[in-house]
Amino acid sequence: MKRMILAAVAALAMGGAAYADTIKIGVVGPFSGPFALQGKNFKAGIDAYMALNGTKVGEDDIEIIYRDVPQADPAQAKALAQELVVKEGVQYLAGFYFTPDAMAVTPLLTQANVPLVIMNAATSAIVTKSPLVVRTSFTTWQTSTPIAKVAKDAGVSKVISVVSDYGPGVDAENAFKAGFEAAGGQVVEAIRMPLATNDFSPIMQRIKDSGAEGVFAFLPSGPTTLGFVKAFKENGLKDGGIKFFAPGDLTQESDLPALGEAALGIQTTFHYAVSHDSPENKAFVEAAGKAIGNPAELSFPSVGAYDGMHVIYKMIEATGGEQDAAKAVEAVKGLSWVSPRGPVTIDPESRHITQNIYLREVAKADDGTYYNKEIQTFEKQGDPGLAALK
Amino acid sequence: MQTVLSIAIDALAYGMVLFVISIGLSVTMGLMRVVNLAHGAFAMIGGYIASYAARDLGLAYGFAVLLAIFGTIVIAVPIERLLYRRIYGAPELTQVLMTIGITFCIIGIANYVFGPTLKTVPLPSELQGSVDLGFRAIATHRIFAILCGLAVAAGLWYAIEKTAFGVKLRASVDNAAMAAALGVRTEIVYAVSFAVAVGLAAFGGVVGAELLPVEPYYALRYMVTFLVVVSVGGAGSIPGALVACLLLGAIDTTGRYLMPEFGEFFFYLAVIAIICVFPRGLAGRAKG
Repeated sequence: MKRMILAAVAALAMGGAAYADTIKIGVVGPFSGPFALQGKNFKAGIDAYMALNGTKVGEDDIEIIYRDVPQADPAQAKALAQELVVKEGVQYLAGFYFTPDAMAVTPLLTQANVPLVIMNAATSAIVTKSPLVVRTSFTTWQTSTPIAKVAKDAGVSKVISVVSDYGPGVDAENAFKAGFEAAGGQVVEAIRMPLATNDFSPIMQRIKDSGAEGVFAFLPSGPTTLGFVKAFKENGLKDGGIKFFAPGDLTQESDLPALGEAALGIQTTFHYAVSHDSPENKAFVEAAGKAIGNPAELSFPSVGAYDGMHVIYKMIEATGGEQDAAKAVEAVKGLSWVSPRGPVTIDPESRHITQNIYLREVAKADDGTYYNKEIQTFEKQGDPGLAALK
Repeated sequence: MQTVLSIAIDALAYGMVLFVISIGLSVTMGLMRVVNLAHGAFAMIGGYIASYAARDLGLAYGFAVLLAIFGTIVIAVPIERLLYRRIYGAPELTQVLMTIGITFCIIGIANYVFGPTLKTVPLPSELQGSVDLGFRAIATHRIFAILCGLAVAAGLWYAIEKTAFGVKLRASVDNAAMAAALGVRTEIVYAVSFAVAVGLAAFGGVVGAELLPVEPYYALRYMVTFLVVVSVGGAGSIPGALVACLLLGAIDTTGRYLMPEFGEFFFYLAVIAIICVFPRGLAGRAKG
């Protein structure tokens, strides 16, 4: 009975949404389990944004409701999104670390009248699944394509590609191949390794036997990366002059203390480095570092979340706090601002973020810590993966 | 030929690392008849202690290893007295539920105390870098892991088969009531074996840290592999575990070299085949 009264009150409150005083945002992400670090970064980015920009938009208070999906689990993600919309009455859905989870939620959006702001999930196709999806992170195609040009410019013409055998890995493999062959290079062999690989020595032997001058690698950030980068050095490939190219997932800042010496000199392309030199980023790193507790844990999902909040704030401003998903999404199409990562724009057509991609090299700072040093900028990169879908 | 040799070296190194980490589980499951799913958690605690001692306190590697082993035992002994003692001889399901619960608690505590980032155990300069074998380079710490594996195997075999304590342990396992009637303090025997098993887990966690980096989810991430090694080798058998590790290491390494896109297909195919032929593992004894 109590619940019914509550529901009736909620319905009344929503009916008069013009002056609704609390706007709820549902954030779905991995807040426990093996990917808890990435969920923590979501939260740090969101907290940082609200610390710097206030917890109110106009007259309305903003409330964030978190839901935990520890591992990629589309059914669970969908159920939680549904619960957020129906029971909690959220006006915006955001977060999503894994592609399958985001994909599972897209069919709900139109009926729920809720926009979805993706803060990480990096497969190109997600934005095509619903006109109410906006993405503020990156795609694997977007970050992997520039490295192909870097490889060619470094005088490497034969490359072996080695990726983890799952969606983003295959994306990375295709993106690199397309970019590298367009630049006139040749991918001599493409290896897909199981996700659960611990010992990379046999893979290193394959790389050596292939006769390639360089290797392009993609693995999800975390424990496997460490094994891969160490094996690359210990099996004598680094000293053997084989060049290493990868998107920035491999050298995310929170893994660098563990990777240490073995990662030194590795070149990656990515949309964000915590070391990025700009006043916006300094403010962001300070706020997010405070929010996460230990600044060494800060990594790229935090900036996706930070910009995701920016987009949602703009949506709320544009709709005056009323629930109108189509109008909200329309309002941020073509929106440009200076993010901690640099100048960005929401592409009006794809609703994906157009941004600079940076070439970085792992370097050692004066205090002995390691960081990604930006050395070259590829300006205003869209998502080449969407073109490849067609 | 060079490739074959190279794969053989990799297989040996990988197999021995597996052995060092899994042998403690073989002892608890085979000799104490406890399905200890918290084994990975104890290995992880060892890794964390060593990492903290060597990285943050700046202690020498050897000292960090010792501290990890004894630190983990000190943490594990109260757990044994308060929790494990209740499940000796209990049905497997009870043991599984209890130990998996302990594992989740330890994961949560590790995540809270040490944070979710990767931790490494810094190696001393003697173990860093690679050794050139003429036809290829191999990391020095892998050779160290191989030697550790051999030392552990020899030491355990001697302790169980040749010492008075080994006799008491085997007696307690085969018939606890009779052993107790003959004056064997089975409680102490169990507590000591549990401590040894946990110490081995911690040792494995430290020595294997280069291959399996320490992070909160370590406790569950590699548990399946450890269980597979024990069931293929035959629980409680030192030579069985050794053979299983070398065999599985060889199959996994070769499969990964020749056909990585098949994933762990060959590894698990081999496991199925071996278990079909030897349901108790390669060197398993029939249950008494």
